[in-house]
Amino acid sequence: MINQNVIIAEGLTKIFGNFVAVDHISFEVAKGEIFGFLGANGAGKTTAMRMLCGLSTPSSGKATVAGFDLFKDTEQIKKSIGYMSQKFSLYEDLTIRENIQFYGGIYGLSKKQIQEKTTYLVEQLHLQNYQNSLVKSLPLGWKQKLAFSVAIVHDPAIVFLDEPTGGVDPVTRREFWELIYDASERGITVFVTTHYMDEAEYCNRVSIMVDGRIEALDTPKNLKKTFNSLCMDEVFLKLARKAVRGE
Amino acid sequence: MVKSNSNNMSAVIVNNISKKYKVEKSQVTALNTVSFEVLKGELFGIVGPDGSGKTSLFRVLTTLLLADSGNASIEGFDIVKDYKIIRKKLGYMPGRFSLYHDLTVEENLSFFATIFNTSIAENYDLIKDIYQQIEPFKNRRAGKLSGGMKQKLALCCALIHKPSVLILDEPTTGVDAVSRKEFWEMLQRLKAQGITILVSTPYMDEASMCDRVALMQNGQILAIDKPDQINLQFSKPLWAVKAASMYNLLKTFKKWEAVESCYSFGEYYHVVMKSDLNGSDVIKSYLLQQQFLDIEVHQITANIEDSFMALMNKSHD
Repeated sequence: MINQNVIIAEGLTKIFGNFVAVDHISFEVAKGEIFGFLGANGAGKTTAMRMLCGLSTPSSGKATVAGFDLFKDTEQIKKSIGYMSQKFSLYEDLTIRENIQFYGGIYGLSKKQIQEKTTYLVEQLHLQNYQNSLVKSLPLGWKQKLAFSVAIVHDPAIVFLDEPTGGVDPVTRREFWELIYDASERGITVFVTTHYMDEAEYCNRVSIMVDGRIEALDTPKNLKKTFNSLCMDEVFLKLARKAVRGE
Repeated sequence: MVKSNSNNMSAVIVNNISKKYKVEKSQVTALNTVSFEVLKGELFGIVGPDGSGKTSLFRVLTTLLLADSGNASIEGFDIVKDYKIIRKKLGYMPGRFSLYHDLTVEENLSFFATIFNTSIAENYDLIKDIYQQIEPFKNRRAGKLSGGMKQKLALCCALIHKPSVLILDEPTTGVDAVSRKEFWEMLQRLKAQGITILVSTPYMDEASMCDRVALMQNGQILAIDKPDQINLQFSKPLWAVKAASMYNLLKTFKKWEAVESCYSFGEYYHVVMKSDLNGSDVIKSYLLQQQFLDIEVHQITANIEDSFMALMNKSHD
């Protein structure tokens, strides 16, 4: 690959009326990187993420996602990414198998690929005994792991995770991160937001948004050094407290 | 466990409460013989993940849901027999925003005041600190408020009748680290005014903000104590370990049979060994042998999440 950066944003901006939700953000994310995208409520994270997913047209700036232009090629972008939010999009009335098959189909995998993927995922998640159970009967933590696996069923270049671990028990939360590491090892770039500051430490690099701008971007180690803090929680509080605007 | 009404130091007494729900053809146990007491003026936390039973418990205590068995009292009043009295004494902030979206901030507040036969003016002192932060927007419809402002308005509405016990269901869920801190500071100020507060949260780190906590999982209480007391019960030595190439380190620990548990915590793994002997030396030499670089091992004391996971594993055995 000539260009190892799967996300390149330059001066990306989104203005609603006279409100600058995202204010000239510039950053790059490398292939396979786990990139933490932090910020207080209202800092502009969701708006930025919606732009990067091709769901909202930027007001100005330039960006490519998976090599595609954010202004022109949004349909190709949508095919090259996976997305999962806390309100995950599994079908409760379908079984585990059916959900995987459904999403495989939506993302245009062949019958054979779907078959292989289904078997692989069911095994990876240790769900062999439950593959024909309805999703609604599953514990929350299992659903969350399944939702992640389904979001990357088509091996996208990038997966966007919007607070994927809210509310799950601490053991499941860590199992979830093991799935993230695994995806990243397979070359899938992970773009993740979280309110758990210990999870920020698991990222290769972290950006922190304040009032629509990226105020800091570095490895957790360097951020702690720069902001003279013992943990990411402290870094975050020091930066986010500067926020002027409300939500 | 002390029986109902026998202890007038307790604001809330919960005695063997159980609740099952029917889902499809099977039954789900939401609450399994839950018992605890909250002292007057105490800030008591129920800490547990989604689905652990926190909301069911609060709905039982707020007289909105009948338990299958067990009993409970609030300020000496029975939650079933005396539900009308209890509703006057309780302030309740449900997990889902349940104010009127098409009423303004001020209209919502005066609506709730009127329902309880009082007025904003009468109890203004109690809510002043919080209400002043949203007062500039008092003519805005509640549906148009940001998450943080909605939360503050909901808290004002739950306080406007000057309840003696305040029950808050996950007030900090989905709220960023800064606003969470501010919210807990707000609770500390309410506690200082003598209000008993029962609050639930899925964030383990918030346990330390409470006087006492009950850790909850699968409808059961795993432990009840002061946060640091719970951590003292963590019996085995706990090692914080890091090295270059953290994901490989995790895989190595998962395969190594001498390891009892290994969980990631920020930039370290927290590791418990099956044998207590020389954990640090054993881990270091094993990792050196496995060619790891920049190895760091030191002993630490358990935090609430370590304790929670240890208790979870114990309850599965």
